[in-house]
Amino acid sequence: MPIEVYLNQIASGALTGLIYGLSALGLSVIFGVCKIVNFAHGEMMVIAMYAALLAFQWFGLDPLVSIPLVCALLFAAGYALQAGLINRLIDVPDHMQFILLAAIAIAMVSGCLMIFGPNAQNVQLDYAYDSYEIGPLLLDKVRVLAGIAAISVAGLLAAFFRWTWIGKAICACGDNIVGARVTGLNVKHLFALAFGLGSVCIGAAGCILLLLVDVQPFLAVEYTLLAFVVVIVGGLGSLTGALLAGVLIGVSEALAGLFIQPSLKSMFSFGLLILVLLFRPQGLVGKRA
Amino acid sequence: MIKIWLAEIPPRGRLYLGLLLAALLAAPLFIDGYALSVLVLVFYFAYLGQAWNIMMGFAGQLSLGHALYFGLGAYTGAALYVHFGLSPWLGMLAGGAVAAAAGAAIGALGFRFKIGGVYFAILTIAFAEFTRILFDHWLWVGGSGGFFLPVTGGRGGNDLLGLRGSPTMFYYVWLAATIGVLILCRALLSSRLGYFWLAIREDQEAAQALGINTFRYKIFAVMLSAALTAFGGVLYAFYNNNLFPSAIFSITRSIDMLLGAIIGGVGTLMGPIIGAFILTPLGEALTVLLEPLRDLGIKLDGIKQVFYGLCVVVIVVFQRRGVWPWLWRKLGLDGGAK
Repeated sequence: MPIEVYLNQIASGALTGLIYGLSALGLSVIFGVCKIVNFAHGEMMVIAMYAALLAFQWFGLDPLVSIPLVCALLFAAGYALQAGLINRLIDVPDHMQFILLAAIAIAMVSGCLMIFGPNAQNVQLDYAYDSYEIGPLLLDKVRVLAGIAAISVAGLLAAFFRWTWIGKAICACGDNIVGARVTGLNVKHLFALAFGLGSVCIGAAGCILLLLVDVQPFLAVEYTLLAFVVVIVGGLGSLTGALLAGVLIGVSEALAGLFIQPSLKSMFSFGLLILVLLFRPQGLVGKRA
Repeated sequence: MIKIWLAEIPPRGRLYLGLLLAALLAAPLFIDGYALSVLVLVFYFAYLGQAWNIMMGFAGQLSLGHALYFGLGAYTGAALYVHFGLSPWLGMLAGGAVAAAAGAAIGALGFRFKIGGVYFAILTIAFAEFTRILFDHWLWVGGSGGFFLPVTGGRGGNDLLGLRGSPTMFYYVWLAATIGVLILCRALLSSRLGYFWLAIREDQEAAQALGINTFRYKIFAVMLSAALTAFGGVLYAFYNNNLFPSAIFSITRSIDMLLGAIIGGVGTLMGPIIGAFILTPLGEALTVLLEPLRDLGIKLDGIKQVFYGLCVVVIVVFQRRGVWPWLWRKLGLDGGAK
C-alpha cells in the first residue's frame, strides 16, 4: 500500500482520538475533583448524542451548533446528580460508589433502549462527504471540524481552570479538600460544579461524535470503557495526558483496523490498558501518587 | 456440622427456612412453565451472587468482571461436550479449573503490583472485555456467530448425567447448586480461611501484621469465587444451549451478577438469595404490568434493567447494608445469636 494510505489513516485516527480525549477529559475532571469514578460516563455521552439527534430531527440543528444547548442540559444533569445524590454519600465506602454509578449507568442505557429502541440512527449532513486536500493528505471535512471543536472545548476548559476564580477554587478542592474547607470554600457546591463541568465535556464530545458515528444505546458501555482506557493510559487527573492518550488510542485503533481486523481494534486498547495498569499505573504522562 | 449451624439459627428462623425449602421443593408440582423459568432465574442470580460475594463480601476485593469466569466455565464445558463428548460434570471441573487459573493470574497480577480499589475493578473489566473480543474471533467455539449445544441428546427423558432434560430437572439442579453454595459459604465463614478473609476485608494492614499471608488468601478468594462462578456458567450453557460472546462476557452480565448481593446485603449469607428473590420476580412482574405502555411506542426490553438500577440506588442511599439485616430484625430473628 502507498504511504499516503497510512498517513491518511493516522491523521483521521488522530482527529477521532481528539474526541476520545475530550470525552475522557470529562471522566478525568470528575475523578480529579470529586474522586468519583463515573461508571455512567458512556451512558451520559449516549444521552448527549440522542439529545443532539433530537435537536437535528426536530429543529434541523447541526450537531456542532447544538453543542451549547446539549452542554447546558448535561451540566444541569451532572450538577443535579452530584448535588442531589452523590454529595449525600461521601462517607460511603468506595466500592459502593462504583456500584451506585454502575447501577445508574444500567438504568440510563436501558432507559435509552426503551425510548429510542435498539436501532442505530444518525444525522444526514449535506457536507458529510466533503473533504480537504492538504499536501498528500485527504481529510474528511466532518473529522477536521470534529477535531477543531474538540480542541476548542478542551482549551476553554483549561483556560477556565487556569484563569477564573471558580476554576481555581475547584482545583483547590481536588488538591486538598481539608484545606479548601478551611479557607471557607463551599466544597459541596464546587464538587457539583466540577461534576457539571465534566458533564459538559461529555456533552460536547457526544455532539461532535454524532458527526462520525451512528448512535445506539449499547455504544454506551463501549465508550465508558474507552474513556477508562484513555484516562488510565494518560494518567488520571492529567488534562494534557487525556488528550494525548486519546490521540494515541485513536491512531492505534485506526492502524489496527488497517493492518488487522477492524473488529479486533478494541482488543488492543484493552491490552494496552492492562499493561499500563500493571507497569505504569500513574499513566504515561501522570506523576506518581 | 450442619446440626451445629442450624442450632445457631433462632427457632423462628429455622421454621422460615424449612417452610421456604419445602415450598421450593414442591413448587414444580403447582406452578406453570413460565413461573418455573422465573424461579430458575432467581436461583441463577442467587447462586452467582453468592459466588461473587465470596470475593467482595468476605475478602473485600471488588470484581466487576465476573462474566469472564462465567464465560470461561460456560465455553469450556460446552466445547468439551460438543467436540469431545465429555460429560458436563467433568466439563464443570475443567471449566472451574480454567476459571480458577484465570482468577489466580488476574489476582496475582493485581495484588502483586498493588493495584487497589477502583484500579483493580477496572483491571477485572479489562480482562473480561479482552476475552470477549478474543472469543468473538475464535471460530473453534463459533466466534461471534454463537456456539450451540445439540438439543437432541436427552429427548423423552431426563438425563442428569448428561445434563439434558426438562426444565423441571434444571430447576432442581439449580436449586441444589444454590443450597450447596449456601452451605459451602456457611462452612467457610466459620473456617480459619473465612476468618482470615474477614480480617483482610476489615483491615488489610492489621491482618498482615498479625501474620496472615494476605496475598495468598486474597488469591484463594478469587480462585474459589471464579471456580464457583464457572460451575454456574456450565449449568447456564446446558440450560440455554446457546452461547454468544457478546452476551456471555458482557459487562452487563458482570453487573447483573452482583445486584442481588448488593440489594440483599454484601457479606451476609442470605443476602444474595434474598436479593435474587426480591429483584427477579419484581422485574418480571413489572414487565407484565407495564405491558400497556408498549402501545405508546415504549419498548419494554429495558424495563427490568431500569428497575434493577433504581433499586440499587435506593438501597445505597437508604439501606446501605442491604435488605437482609433489616429483614432479619423485622422477622424478629435478632432475639437469638447473630
